[in-house]
Amino acid sequence: MKYLISLVVGMVVGVAAFLALLYYNPMTSQNKLSPLSVSDNKVITYNYSAVATDALVFTNDGKSTVAPYPSKVQQLWEPTVRLTDTMATVLRDSRNQPVAIGIKFSSRSESTRILNGEAIIDSAWHIYVPGQGSLFVEQRENYWGYLREIVVPAYRSSGDSWRGNWNGTITSGPGALGTARVIGGSGEFADLETDGVESLSAKAYSVKHGPVAVDGTLAVELPAPISDATPDP
Amino acid sequence: MFKTFIAGILLGVAVAAAALHYFPAVNQSREQSLIIVHPNRGNTESFHVNIPMDRVMTGAPSQKEPLPVGLEWPVDPRFADTRAELFKLRNGKDAVVGVASRIAANGVASGDIVEWVLHLPARGSAYVIMQAEPLEDGYRTGNLAAGTREFSPLVGRVSEQWVADTSGAEDAPVGRIELTTAFVARMVEEE
Repeated sequence: MKYLISLVVGMVVGVAAFLALLYYNPMTSQNKLSPLSVSDNKVITYNYSAVATDALVFTNDGKSTVAPYPSKVQQLWEPTVRLTDTMATVLRDSRNQPVAIGIKFSSRSESTRILNGEAIIDSAWHIYVPGQGSLFVEQRENYWGYLREIVVPAYRSSGDSWRGNWNGTITSGPGALGTARVIGGSGEFADLETDGVESLSAKAYSVKHGPVAVDGTLAVELPAPISDATPDP
Repeated sequence: MFKTFIAGILLGVAVAAAALHYFPAVNQSREQSLIIVHPNRGNTESFHVNIPMDRVMTGAPSQKEPLPVGLEWPVDPRFADTRAELFKLRNGKDAVVGVASRIAANGVASGDIVEWVLHLPARGSAYVIMQAEPLEDGYRTGNLAAGTREFSPLVGRVSEQWVADTSGAEDAPVGRIELTTAFVARMVEEE
């Protein structure tokens, strides 16, 4: 009997040690530097609040930590969409002026691999910028760093909340450098195919309400126009 | 007994690793893809949105009854000609399979635009740019401009049509927006 108890206690310790190793593994720390920060091209940024009550509309299955907003919005309770969040929000420029309407679909991804430190969300932005045109952004986001450094500490905190200063790039693909794929639809952006990166800046998180003070930034690189060949002198 | 304890630790590590490796952390629910193969006309897949029950948001300026109740559409004049809508998206069997956004706008730079993004969580997203002006028979057609995952290697066309309900049933929708996709693999198109 004592051998069985010893084996079971050993297994519990083994599972706990393995989970601790996963959680503290420095090899899975998130890249905080945007790949676009070394670009020579012009980069336009769209800022938004990632707090549900700051959005025009935020909806999910209605059972998640973050409650749908406004409260009477239809919830995505059907089995095929219950792992999906949808947000419509106003996007602001670097001077905090409203410049665009953005709709973001975020679905939990089956490519999530906890062993590799990958908590993946497949997301798509549909953006209309009055006076400029429309954009579609496809990206794979990795929330492992966000979960590890904000959400888990909030659950471990006696106050059920987290406060601090966290900045991180959440885009992890599909581009080779961990960038999002941006497709232009109309206006100035017609036929555009370029890269983008989304990042989060968090200051407060509550176990009860989810993000309390979290801002998002979507950066889109605008490739330099191809100049005509220099004519022979 | 100490050796058993150590063996237990190793077994625990192996069990945890195997569980995380073999059991998916996320398992999206799926509906059958209902694709119809037409004789000599390629294949199509139909989606629809029942109005008004599948409407999640109608974002437009100066609405008397905003949807959802409590929606505060930005009053900035730059959004005066923008209409953004969110819907639940259904397949041919009337089962919800995704969500969709439709943006219609009339801008100086962009001109008149009508665009859809169809987001099917288990399959991917399709970005569709429609012709702004509908055809004479009430159809509006457009092209798949970009796709993700399952839609990534595809090209093709999409048609949009409003179909009013004629059943007269009490709980029937007012009508539905039908979206019919005709996608083929990019290599087939290039040939």
